[in-house]
Amino acid sequence: MHTSLAQSPGARVGLSIAVATGLYGVSFGALSVASGLTVWQTQALSLLLFSGGSQFAFIGVIAGGGTPVAAASAAALLGIRNAVYGMQMNVLLHPRGWRRFAAAHVTIDESLATSTGQSDPVEQKRGFWVAGVGIFVLWNLFTLVGSLAGDALGDPKRWGLDGAAVAAFLALLWPRLRSREAGAIAVACALATVLTVPFVPPGIPILVAAVVAGLIGWFGYRSGPDGEGLEPDIDPYPGEPGRAASS
Amino acid sequence: MSLWGWILVACAVGFLTKLLGYLVPKKWLTNPRVARVAGTLTIGLLASLTIANTMASGQTLAVDARLGALAAAAVALWLKAPFLVVVIVGAAAAAGLRLLGLP
Repeated sequence: MHTSLAQSPGARVGLSIAVATGLYGVSFGALSVASGLTVWQTQALSLLLFSGGSQFAFIGVIAGGGTPVAAASAAALLGIRNAVYGMQMNVLLHPRGWRRFAAAHVTIDESLATSTGQSDPVEQKRGFWVAGVGIFVLWNLFTLVGSLAGDALGDPKRWGLDGAAVAAFLALLWPRLRSREAGAIAVACALATVLTVPFVPPGIPILVAAVVAGLIGWFGYRSGPDGEGLEPDIDPYPGEPGRAASS
Repeated sequence: MSLWGWILVACAVGFLTKLLGYLVPKKWLTNPRVARVAGTLTIGLLASLTIANTMASGQTLAVDARLGALAAAAVALWLKAPFLVVVIVGAAAAAGLRLLGLP
């Protein structure tokens, strides 16, 4: 006998993650219009791309003067982890028909983390859907709030919005730096970026860094623990030490 | 192609990547090497985006208020501040340093 939805632990965690994550859609919306996208283009990214890291990557490249091709490439590469998450979720959910497409669209760090943190299969499903759909609704709502507010602010530099973008990227990276190797990869890729900036067009250094990261990933592979840094970037279950690190 | 065009391409590729996980046989992506590359790519791209947004100004490297924003954000993260607070701290640091006369 399962608990009702109102008392479901999966749904409860999913809802709190949805509120916390949805809220920071404000920062995406504001930074996106500051980088030069229109309110509608910003909303298209939140509705259709719907993956925080990829969305921030797209506008981060555009903000730096990179081409839309480089922006789309960076977004696509950052989305690769979602394929791995999708495979994990497929094993847990076995969605059929239209649900498979819906499930794919809301497969992101937060829905995966909420779901895999539950042990009961029914709670895993509830956690995934409540977090995924809840974040989708709130993320889009707050993206709109942020982009309209950003549009009204005027000069983005005066409000330090370029500093906000830097902070957002560091905040996305930070939770993944759980091991010494992850830190080393981050330093190597940051160095590759800084060294190539003067020599190639804007946006390209980020793709150079992707090549460096890919090579380290491929050739640095030992038969040790797999999926280095592939834990989702949030832990919906704080206070259970070691859970996220071992997932 | 226009900016709009590439936005839609990015969205289509992003969705198909997610869908791929639901369509391919499990063993493809459970290959530990593939999973590892997906993980290192994520870390490398985010690190690169962080430093590019901090120091790149077109094709030149610049030290300006953004570096202060990076340091302030790192402190906020160290203190376990939530995402939105970290972003606001970054903005406040950059805006504050500019008020003090930094570029």
